[in-house]
Amino acid sequence: MAKLDTTRRGVLATGLTGTFLFAFHLPVRAFTEPEEAPDSTQGKFAPNAFIRIDRTGKITLVMPQVEMGQGVYTSIPMIIAEELDADFAQVAFEHAPANEKLYANPMLGVQATGNSNSVRAWWKPLRTAGATAKAMLVEAAAQQWKVDPASCTAANSVVTHTASGRKLAYGQLVDAAAKVAPPKNVTLKDPKDFVLIGRRVKRLDTPNKTDGKVVYGIDAMLPGMKFATIEASPVLGGKVAQVDQAAAMKVPGVEKVIVLDDMVAVVGQHFWAAKKGLEAANVTWNDGANAKVNSAQIWNELRAASRKDGLVAKQRGDAAKALGDGEKVEAAYEMPFLAHATMEPMNCTVQLKPDSCEIWLGTQIMARVQSTAAQLTGLPPEKVIVHNHLLGGGFGRRLEPDMALKAIRVAQHLNGEPVKVVWTREEDLRHDVYRPVYRDVIQASLKDGRIKGWKYKVSGSSVVARWLPPAFTGNHDIDFDTVDSAVDTPYDLPDFRVEVVRCEPPGVTTGFWRGVGPNNNVFAIECFMDELAKKAGKDPVQFRLDHLHGSPRHQAVLKLVAEKSGWGSPLPERVGRGVSVQPSFASYIATVVEAEVDHDGEVRLRRVTCAVDTGIAVNPDTIEAQLQGGLIFGLTAALYGDVPIKHGRVQLSNFNDYRMLRIDQTPPIAVHVVKSAEPPGGIGETGVTAGPPALRNAIFAATGIPLRRMPVDREVLAGRKQA
Amino acid sequence: MREWYLGRSHTMRRILIAIAVVVAVIVAAGLWIVTGPGPLAFAQGEKVALSDYKGADPTGVPASLKTASLVERGAWLAKAADCEVCHTAKGGTPYAGGFAFTLPFGTIYSPNITPDKETGIGNWTDAQFLNAVHKGLDDEGQHLYPAMPYASFTRITDADALAIKAYLFSLPPVHADIPDNTLRFPFNQRWLMGVWNLFFAADERFRPDTAQSPQWNRGAYIAEALAHCGECHTPRNLAFALDNRRKFAGEVNAGWRAYNITNDSATGIGAWSDNQLFDYLSSGHAMGHGTAAGPMGEAVDQSFSRMPPEDIHALVAYLRSIPAETSDLPALAPPAPASPKEGVAIADARGKEIYEGACASCHSWTGISAITPYATLTGARAVNDPGGGNVAQAVIAGVHRSSLDGDVAMPSFGAAYSDAEIAAVANYVTARFGARPSNLTAHDVAALRKAVAQPD
Amino acid sequence: MTTLHINGEEKTFDAPPDTPLLWVLRDVLGMTGTKFGCGIAQCGACTVHVDGKPVRSCLLPVSAVGDRAVTTIEGIGATDAGARVQKAWLALEVIQCGYCQSGQIMSAAALLASTPHPDDSDINAAMAGNICRCGTYVRIREAIKRAAGEREEAKNG
Ligand code: FES
Ligand code: FES
Repeated sequence: MAKLDTTRRGVLATGLTGTFLFAFHLPVRAFTEPEEAPDSTQGKFAPNAFIRIDRTGKITLVMPQVEMGQGVYTSIPMIIAEELDADFAQVAFEHAPANEKLYANPMLGVQATGNSNSVRAWWKPLRTAGATAKAMLVEAAAQQWKVDPASCTAANSVVTHTASGRKLAYGQLVDAAAKVAPPKNVTLKDPKDFVLIGRRVKRLDTPNKTDGKVVYGIDAMLPGMKFATIEASPVLGGKVAQVDQAAAMKVPGVEKVIVLDDMVAVVGQHFWAAKKGLEAANVTWNDGANAKVNSAQIWNELRAASRKDGLVAKQRGDAAKALGDGEKVEAAYEMPFLAHATMEPMNCTVQLKPDSCEIWLGTQIMARVQSTAAQLTGLPPEKVIVHNHLLGGGFGRRLEPDMALKAIRVAQHLNGEPVKVVWTREEDLRHDVYRPVYRDVIQASLKDGRIKGWKYKVSGSSVVARWLPPAFTGNHDIDFDTVDSAVDTPYDLPDFRVEVVRCEPPGVTTGFWRGVGPNNNVFAIECFMDELAKKAGKDPVQFRLDHLHGSPRHQAVLKLVAEKSGWGSPLPERVGRGVSVQPSFASYIATVVEAEVDHDGEVRLRRVTCAVDTGIAVNPDTIEAQLQGGLIFGLTAALYGDVPIKHGRVQLSNFNDYRMLRIDQTPPIAVHVVKSAEPPGGIGETGVTAGPPALRNAIFAATGIPLRRMPVDREVLAGRKQA
Repeated sequence: MREWYLGRSHTMRRILIAIAVVVAVIVAAGLWIVTGPGPLAFAQGEKVALSDYKGADPTGVPASLKTASLVERGAWLAKAADCEVCHTAKGGTPYAGGFAFTLPFGTIYSPNITPDKETGIGNWTDAQFLNAVHKGLDDEGQHLYPAMPYASFTRITDADALAIKAYLFSLPPVHADIPDNTLRFPFNQRWLMGVWNLFFAADERFRPDTAQSPQWNRGAYIAEALAHCGECHTPRNLAFALDNRRKFAGEVNAGWRAYNITNDSATGIGAWSDNQLFDYLSSGHAMGHGTAAGPMGEAVDQSFSRMPPEDIHALVAYLRSIPAETSDLPALAPPAPASPKEGVAIADARGKEIYEGACASCHSWTGISAITPYATLTGARAVNDPGGGNVAQAVIAGVHRSSLDGDVAMPSFGAAYSDAEIAAVANYVTARFGARPSNLTAHDVAALRKAVAQPD
Repeated sequence: MTTLHINGEEKTFDAPPDTPLLWVLRDVLGMTGTKFGCGIAQCGACTVHVDGKPVRSCLLPVSAVGDRAVTTIEGIGATDAGARVQKAWLALEVIQCGYCQSGQIMSAAALLASTPHPDDSDINAAMAGNICRCGTYVRIREAIKRAAGEREEAKNG
């Protein structure tokens, strides 16, 4: 039997060699073969799908990944421009069109942005693309000068013949370069020669974000556009019962009420009219089969499932035997549903005509929006044109096409006018795909301060099974995301077993949420490590170091964060420091949170320190920003994030009850980036994973209370409720 | 020995005297309580039976509805009497009952008054219905609890009560079982209510006052019979009966404080103009006096806002005649300074933190909203109430009201903010925008939540 | 027809009087720089200035604006404080997805206009109503201080 490798890296690598991706017919190109650029027009040098240079020397790079704040519209241009030796000041970007062939993410196999892998996945291919284009430009110059290309150099968008000092700018070379055959093999730069990568380069997407010029999907404006808002069944599977259409039509500015099976839309002259019209319509629902679903039932089912044996995701040694050796410790951790709450609420603009469908939105999945829209409209995919935009937050929510499909269903009832469908925040929170509830049961045995046996069983929904079924079935029904950092733990655990139980919650659709599977795995493991350390009478940092002999990079960041955070120095009453270490997304991170818990159980964040080794830091400034932001995102969830369900309905309305950390609660956050020559790791989601366990351990240190459920329950910390 | 005896006899006598005094005080207090005046006693003109009254009929529906059908008239009267608010569970079908009244000695659930024959009042005769409205008796003659304001409703005319019945019987019957009350002994002994009624619930229809104008009498009928203002606004005595000696001087009910609506200018509504009173009743908001929330917000939304202007004017005229009573509330504070750094500081920094994040965007640092006068805190009685309870309740539940100018909403913060946080922000708000800071604790807020809690 | 003074220009349009200014700006006038985030004054994404004071346009009825001057993100760069804030925002690379940042910049510009040397507590009071889901708060704080400092440099220099 083939050896199972169920790490995210393993599965994705397998995917690349053909198992599940084949099922999708989504071949990933070798980028040394230049693609024909989709719009290779006269007067432009377009050596592949990513690079266009015009006669003025302006370089336009086509972004295969989408920008949702993570800085990829700067880091990807940096990677290309580095090998292209382009003048970065002349670089502009363009959103890629939907084209799975040209722009599929090499690690995911689909045109999607997620999993913190944009830089990881494109590192090699885009450097190669840049280097190839440069070689062609140099060749063109050399031909003109009739010299050996090897005697020429390129820098800042200029080719120079070293011996004669002759120079030609890229803009002057575009016509000639377009005729040069691309070289088969190019050599990439030695990282020590990088001039852009590793510098705190200014972002390309931010200037327009300071003066209102930026256009997100929600800002799409078209002549003759209508505005709509929708209310979908609050219970999954429910149907519209009654709609007061007349009342809605009476609202000034309302033009149309569209009543569908499971959704009502009001179309008007502006969003306000549509919203008021929808309120006046006073829609009632037949709730259907999920009418009685509630949080307690979901938890009961999950707890029952977590008592079953799971599928083995990974094992080594003999965990069962080792668990009998020494003092046995067990704990179960429970994680809530979470909503994404991207700052830009869900929206999509559609213009549907008999023979075409144009879509304006911000999405992490261009090609899937195109293909599902084609399915829904019955149009051939090439008649579906998707205009992507900058995203006002993605966080995994925009890995779904639902906002586009709903907007198309509205447009199907109009006469070809463009319609912008904007969801209210309430609709956005109630019709999310939620981060699954998880229950993690970990058992370990301790002997002489060391962990002997280790058994980790995670129970929860499989997002991959819904989102990319072949990746689930192709992996023996084990969702690599659910067990990601459980199988990939950095600790020295010779007798080790990871099991997974799939348990789908009734009436709730689950989805990817920034930090995905590792959020849950790292939380459980890091909380448990603190509990083990306490049992063993060891300092939490020391206890971890004792079990990190197999991972020097983790050791290094842990030591660094301990030093920078003042680990071990005295603290006031009811203040604690907590640490977490994580392997996720191929970045090595250690974090310390310092927090205070008052007698009412209220938690105040005092300070966060983070040390990160993410390999080559393409743009260290972006890495620091992503960690700061990710930590806040994760800490917000740890303190407040929950999605209660009652009567089949999500019990959330807006930011008043789906609470966000605010600036006055945000502590200083120091990020220390370690210099490294290793290939870059992922960064966009890592901070989210890092925050909650470190906070929970800080609370443990401050109060002695080992919280085992998220979010932080202030009643428990105040001693008014059992943990 | 003798001295001891004498001493003892002396002591005995002293004890006896003391007992006699105590008994006398109790009896006097009892008499004082049971002989309390009725709600209209303050108006000293002669009260006559409605049939003997010469002025325009103060009862019934407004003029515009005089010729409407019985059911339509009943619908208006049911709104005026605010039946729906108490007879509807949270999120439930109107009039199907199940609303919980949480009292110190247990919980009472309002009954289903849809015409369902099994769980509602579908089998009730007119006489049974009148008995309930006027005497607080159910169809089997069992005593209702005075959560049903029959001590006020007794003044409703038979004709009006039966119009309400006709309206209720026009509704679709809803089969809805209501949870059993959970009152503790002795409060679960319904017969005791009979004794209480003897003293505190006269069985008497509205009697107009001949010395007052027809407008005043219309206002009195609406206020005392239909809208039952006193049930919330009049303090209760030891026997939980309305103490009309301090009529409308304010009282705490079900977790909310109903404020002094007498003509005292510092602590009541004496300083309000007629227009302000009119605005407040008809729209739930008066410039400079804040916005109705909680039960008063419901009364406005469900009842007063649907009354014609002449009825609101009648109510204003009636309220203007209520004798001033002072209450223990401070005079209203002026606006707070524009700078968050100036103004009253309180020790707990959390209150300010919550305010700056979740509240200041609407309510501003001065308390005068830059968005809508509905959100202005300055001048609102709730923020000038050192109890702080109403502020906390508004934070917990939000304010959801429909007004003629569109919907007015303050979101509810009760789900995501802890008791300690809500206490802190209420204390901050009363300190900054009110006359004296409240001193709520997490424990108090938990009790406030409990007082308004409704079953799922 | 209603006329508003926006960024120094007169704009005339037709909208029901209860329409919040936000939707007049975005959907009627096509000025999409001002953002919708919550509609209940909890996030600050829709912040504009009315006579220089920060106001949540998602709840401000257009009829309540009257002839007061409205400034939006599209026009804030023309003010001294606004220009300094924009510059500091880019210098410190505050922005991530950017969706909240119109509101953040408007709130920060109003703060600097009224409080030239804000300390942390001033920053908290002025900025806590603005949510940033990307969590750019640490840099927002730094950037406000930098923008405040720049005026000093300009004066001293
Ligand atoms: S949209 Fe106005 S504050 Fe959120
Ligand atoms: S930058 Fe994305 S919400 Fe603030």
